[in-house]
Parts: sequence; C-alpha cells; structure tokens
Amino acid sequence: MDKVREIIRKEWSEVFKNRIVLFSVIFMPLLFIVIPLGILYSMRGSVDAEITGMMSDMPEQFTAMCEGLSATACSQYFLILQFLVLFLLMPVIIPVTIASYSIVGEKATNTLEPVLATPITTLELLLGKALAGVIPALGVTWLSYFVFVGGTRILALDPALAKAVLAPIWLISIFGIGSLLSVAGVCISIMISSRVNDPRVAEQLSTLVAIPLIALFMGQSFGLVQFDLTLVLWTTFGLLVLDAILLYFAIQLFQRETILTRWK
Amino acid sequence: MNNDIIIETKELSKSFGENLAVDRLSLEIPAGEVFGLLGPNGAGKTTTIRMLSALIAPTSGEAWVAGYQVGEEDYQIRKSVGILTETPGMYNQLSAERNLSFFAKLYEVEDIPGQVERYLRMLGLWERRHEAVGTFSKGMRQKLAIARALLHEPKVLYLDEPTSGLDPEASKIVREFIIDLRQQGRTIIICTHNLAEADRLCDRIAVFRSSLLALDSPTNLRQQLFGRRVVFHLVEAQEKFAQAISQYDFVKQTELIDNKLVVTLNEPDQQNPFLVKTLVEHGAEIRFVGEVRRSLEDVYLTLVNTQKENNHG
Repeated sequence: MDKVREIIRKEWSEVFKNRIVLFSVIFMPLLFIVIPLGILYSMRGSVDAEITGMMSDMPEQFTAMCEGLSATACSQYFLILQFLVLFLLMPVIIPVTIASYSIVGEKATNTLEPVLATPITTLELLLGKALAGVIPALGVTWLSYFVFVGGTRILALDPALAKAVLAPIWLISIFGIGSLLSVAGVCISIMISSRVNDPRVAEQLSTLVAIPLIALFMGQSFGLVQFDLTLVLWTTFGLLVLDAILLYFAIQLFQRETILTRWK
Repeated sequence: MNNDIIIETKELSKSFGENLAVDRLSLEIPAGEVFGLLGPNGAGKTTTIRMLSALIAPTSGEAWVAGYQVGEEDYQIRKSVGILTETPGMYNQLSAERNLSFFAKLYEVEDIPGQVERYLRMLGLWERRHEAVGTFSKGMRQKLAIARALLHEPKVLYLDEPTSGLDPEASKIVREFIIDLRQQGRTIIICTHNLAEADRLCDRIAVFRSSLLALDSPTNLRQQLFGRRVVFHLVEAQEKFAQAISQYDFVKQTELIDNKLVVTLNEPDQQNPFLVKTLVEHGAEIRFVGEVRRSLEDVYLTLVNTQKENNHG
C-alpha cells in the first residue's frame, strides 16, 4: 500500500497545480451548496398564497409527498430534492477531471514508461490513479452534502425537511451510488484516456457518463421519474454490475504492454 | 546460466501483429561490460530493452537478467535494472528532489533522502533540487533521468539514446558519467545512433536489424570486415613498391594514393617490419608509417547495407 499512497500523493501534488482541476474540485461543490441554500433563504420570505399557484406546476407524485406541509415548505422540499440529485454529479465529474489529467498528462510528459519500469504492479498503479480521483471527489461530495444538510436545518421552514435530506434513500444515494458512480467515472476516464492525447478531450468525453444523471434530474423535475427507494436500490445494483464490467475492461486496457505499444 | 553472464537471451523474438520487431536474438553479456545496441530506426533496439526490462513480454524465446527469467520473475528484474528511456519523462510541475523521491519509493529504496542527495550531488543538480523540473534544460533533465535510473543501485543499467538532442557540453558530461559508472563495474547497455559514442564507450557492440548482424568489440569488427590498413607516407610513391610488398601472403590489398601506399593486412604489429625493410630495399624513402582507422560508421553501414542487399537479392 506504500506505493499506492505514494502514487496518490504524487498525483495530488501534481494535478492540484492545474487550475482546471482545482476549479472543478472547489467551484462545483460551492455552486451546488450556495445556489440551493440561497434559494431556500429567499423562499423564507414568501407567503403560501404566492407559492400555491406554483404548486400546480409540480409533478403529481411529488405533491402527494407534501402531506402536512405548507405550500412554501413543500416548494422548499421540491427544490431540495432536485439539488440532491445534482449532488450525484460531483462524484462523477471530479474524478473524471482528475483522472483525465493524471493519465493523459503522463502520456504527454512520457512519464508512464519510467513508472512502469519500476517494480510497481499494474494493480497498484491503477489503484493509486483511481483513488487519487475518487478520494477527493467523495470527500468533497460528502462534505458538501453535510454542509447542505446543515444549511437545510437552518433555512428549511419545516423541521421535517431537515429529516428528509437525511432519509435512507439519500444516504444510500450519496454514499452508495455516489461512490459507485465515482468508480465508473474513473474507469471510463482510464479507457478514454488510452485513446486520446489531450486531457481536455478525455475530460469532455468522460463527462458524458454524467448524462444519465442529468436525465434523472430532468425526469424528476418533469415528473417522469419517481426518485424512490426502489429506483435507488435498482440503480445501486445496476451500478455494481456496471462497475465490475468497467473495472475489468479498465484493468485489461491498463496493461504495461498495451500502454507502451498502443497508447500513442 | 554462467555466473559471470548477467544478461542472456536465447532465440528471443517479439512480434507486434504481423510485424516482427526482434527475430531470434541470442546474446550473452558478462557482468561489468558496456554493451552497445546499434541499428537503424525500427531495428528493434528499444523493443529489446523493453523485453529485458520486463516491460513487455517476448513472443518466443527466453531471456535472463541478473539471474531472473523474463516473463517469470519480472518483479525481481525491475528491481535489478535501471532504465533511461528514449524520452526522459519527468513530472514538470514537481521539483527535481520530489521527482526522484517519488521514483525511489516505487523502487523500494531504503534510504530515500540519502540516495536522492547522493545522485543529485553526483550529477551537479543539488543546488537546484527545489526547482520545478519544467524549468530545467534538456541536459539537466537527461542527467536527472540518469539519476532516477540509478537510485536503487541497479545491477544493469539500460541507456536508450543517452546523449540524443544534447549539446556537445551536456553530451560530454553524460559520457564522462557513463565512463565513471563503467569504472564502478556496472553493466551498461547503450542503445544509440551516435556511433562515435558507441566506439568510445562500448566494450562490445551488437549491430542488428530485427536479427543480429554482428556481435563483437568495435576493433574486432573493423578487423573482421576491413582488416587493418597501414599507410606508408613516401617521398615519392611508385608502382614497383606496391608490387614488391605484394609478394607477401599476408598482404591482402595495396593501394597507391598520391604519395601514400595503403596496405591491408591482419597483424601490422608483426608484419610492418618486413614491409618497411622490403620498401627500403627497393629504394623507397619512408617519411612515416601510420594506421588508417576505419570508423564504426563504416562497419555499421557495411553490415546494414549488406543485409539490405541480401534481402533484396
């Protein structure tokens, strides 16, 4: 594990000097915290009469969940749920950005061959590179989530909302699905990085993995998808299978000979 | 495997699809030798080094490095060899010291700060150890890459184009460092296009183009291909002098060029006295006697062109 730790340390000391990486690690979480909490804050001054009109635009399944809540609290709940889905983007986008720069960067600087010539195993190298992307992504996502939960506790009009963001469905989503999405993002980054030479291209292609999440966000907003426990559990299972398949292909592609002779 | 032999290959081959990069290469390299791998671009030099560094697997054949078999004991091989790759990739954002300490960790070096300091000082980079490698000149980067290859005190050192792209001053520093390493008794394998450098540094060379064309010391190869050529600088060269010495069986060829008589033979040290005596007896006035040294480039081009002709013929 010493070598894995050293790879992670080296990756961090290198990639975090890159402004684009730093931007995605710092700016995106800030955006995802500040915007919803700002809206929640601004909604505190609204009166139910103003909000009631808006309620008719919300998906029917959702309004059914608002039993016992005032119109304003229900709107806040709707907003919170939308942004919680967006929190799943962070564990995908951040590792994808880091992994793209770390792997394509090695290709650009011709440093992969000297690294592969050392007595490091392919698994150690791959693990180091993957964890260097996954750890900060999950760290930032979880930290942002807790800040968001804290902010919701302060700004939500109904205490039930603060409890809702800590419901099992969200805990599974943020900690389980988030982690699995991170792994998927890194695997896809590794595979794409083997075919391109520009970190920006690798990053752009790898972020396509976020499309299903954006579709989920849109689907939920328009009432086409019900983000319930069943969906979360099926998604977790599906991602587990997907991660296993992606990991297999990423490891196959990350062989010394393949890297040296085919990664151009 | 003989104890003194540190690298041995038997019928080692490597193909990439249809392309045969290395064809049945058989070599024995004793410990402490500086060995040159010469050949045109695409001849398979880098592929051979990569196989012997356990970076890529041979398609067929066997090889042992430092007593470990390629393909079976790759971890031990990687611990036993150091490699200067053709392009000395370094992490530009990191300092020279950080670059080396990172690789030292991967090579499982025990005294990392000590070894890093030792090689940074040895290669004159200690004062600039905190600077980002991105600010270094090509020569400094090359020296740093050599330091990286030596951090774990490898038994075998592979240098792929060690002076490629360097200015004459930096090339000289690198060459002198290689000579120092040779004096320490390290086994060094050099891949190079710089034939003068190979001539100066290598105990033996292998010329190959996928398959082995020749393997010997530069001096022996010259002699095998061209014999040794002695030049007699005369006051006045005459045809009769050439005829007079042609009587000796050991004279392979004579040639008159201006006032010089060029004679090809095998053992000039023993045969020259007879020639001098004969020439003087026939009235030749000899200004001085010297040896025409064929360059390694002549050897190389003759071998490579002969193979090309054979392939086309």
